[in-house]
Amino acid sequence: MATEKGKTPLTPEQELARRSRRSFVALGAGAVGAAAGWYWLNNSPLEDEIPHPLRSVLRVNEKVVRKALYSEGHLARTYPASAIGRIKVNGEIGMEEPIDVSAWHIELAPFEGQERHISLADVRSLPRFEEIIDFKCVEGWSTVTQFAGARLSDFTAKYAPGSEKAAYVGMQCPGNGYYVGFDMPSALHPQTLLAWEMNGAPLSDKHGAPLRLVMPVKYGIKNIKRIGRIEYTNKPPADYWGEQGYDYYSGL
Amino acid sequence: MLKILEEKHKLATRWFHWINFPVLAAMIYSGVLIYWSYDPYRIGLGNVTLFHLFPTKFYERLGLDGNLALGMALHFVLAWIFALNGIAYVAYTFISGEWRELLPERRSFGEAVQVAMHDAGFKVPLPPQGRYNAAQRITYSAIIVMGWLSLVTGLAIYKPAQLHWLTALCGGYEWARWEHFWLMMGYVAFFAIHIAQVVRAGWANFRAMVCGYDLAGRPSVKEERAHGD
Repeated sequence: MATEKGKTPLTPEQELARRSRRSFVALGAGAVGAAAGWYWLNNSPLEDEIPHPLRSVLRVNEKVVRKALYSEGHLARTYPASAIGRIKVNGEIGMEEPIDVSAWHIELAPFEGQERHISLADVRSLPRFEEIIDFKCVEGWSTVTQFAGARLSDFTAKYAPGSEKAAYVGMQCPGNGYYVGFDMPSALHPQTLLAWEMNGAPLSDKHGAPLRLVMPVKYGIKNIKRIGRIEYTNKPPADYWGEQGYDYYSGL
Repeated sequence: MLKILEEKHKLATRWFHWINFPVLAAMIYSGVLIYWSYDPYRIGLGNVTLFHLFPTKFYERLGLDGNLALGMALHFVLAWIFALNGIAYVAYTFISGEWRELLPERRSFGEAVQVAMHDAGFKVPLPPQGRYNAAQRITYSAIIVMGWLSLVTGLAIYKPAQLHWLTALCGGYEWARWEHFWLMMGYVAFFAIHIAQVVRAGWANFRAMVCGYDLAGRPSVKEERAHGD
């Protein structure tokens, strides 16, 4: 201690050397700490293919977003027809085998009560909504696309009344080769559609005929094609890409 | 001449700086992991592409390919530290009054040209300066503005539906991603110049960024009077 009685005060040179020594030790310790933290982060046990601490923070992010940011009134931007681009086919997982569309139906598992089958005609009897939105892929690209179909909120109210009180909706392709799970507010969002039409034409096979999900408040990975089953549940339903390291919420 | 200890950088400034360095590095790393999965940007005009960002080899050599999910997770976790550290720094500079030494003044823009010419080796005298010279004032203020823009464009890409007004402010989703990318390239350019300047400035300057102090000549009575106010 330079100021203690009985000791000669340090010269500025000595004082600088002392401060410098201390600070460089602190910087070194910080660098070691940062490296150790980075190592710990990247070598923590995996939870659905990403290190557990990262997964935990993604859940915190979801909570913050759902509390502070999400609103049913926040609509994804819509575009004029002239802005429509050519959307590419970017995934056939769960749709490798052709299906007989005439025999197709949705297996519907309401929150309470019996499972039932819903036909395409049942879905199409609901009010038709149309939207031209920027369909966003988790990869980073996006394409302005027109979709038409029934609101999932209308579908739920009519065919699974009371299921709105479930926390989640799960959807699967027939055969369960692809499956998604998402939160109820996003399911009931006014722009969330069960779509049978894309860019003015009936939905093509590659884009998920006869019925696909269009949810502009989520990345494309949640917008499941060729829906075979819909269930309402309080347990987060299995999610294909969520199991492979992606954010379960994936909200936009 | 007698020397005295002179404080060059406050403890808080040094902490903000040294926290930001590894965090920004990790943000750039995870950002490139994300960019890899859709990498349309290039340097070129019309049909002529001089340089595609980035060549496949670049990703492969550095192990930056095929890790979108990890990249997104890292990016959205570390963004908290990047943002909070940046916000705390800006708040600190304003509360402490240090912004007075950092923000460019009217004369800084002219002087910065002199500084740049001098540093580039031309025989131009350096204008008198405070803690930071004119070029530093402009650069260090610009980098803070860039940090804010990264935060804004990042949020615009992260939640384009919930924050649609912000995305619109950035010129739309695609422009926000473009801006976010080029801000990152700006940091890389800043880093290269910054390191070169630190090397040029020498050890005492670097040491001051770590320990905060350097030796300075003790001002004579005359000089003290001149700076007396």
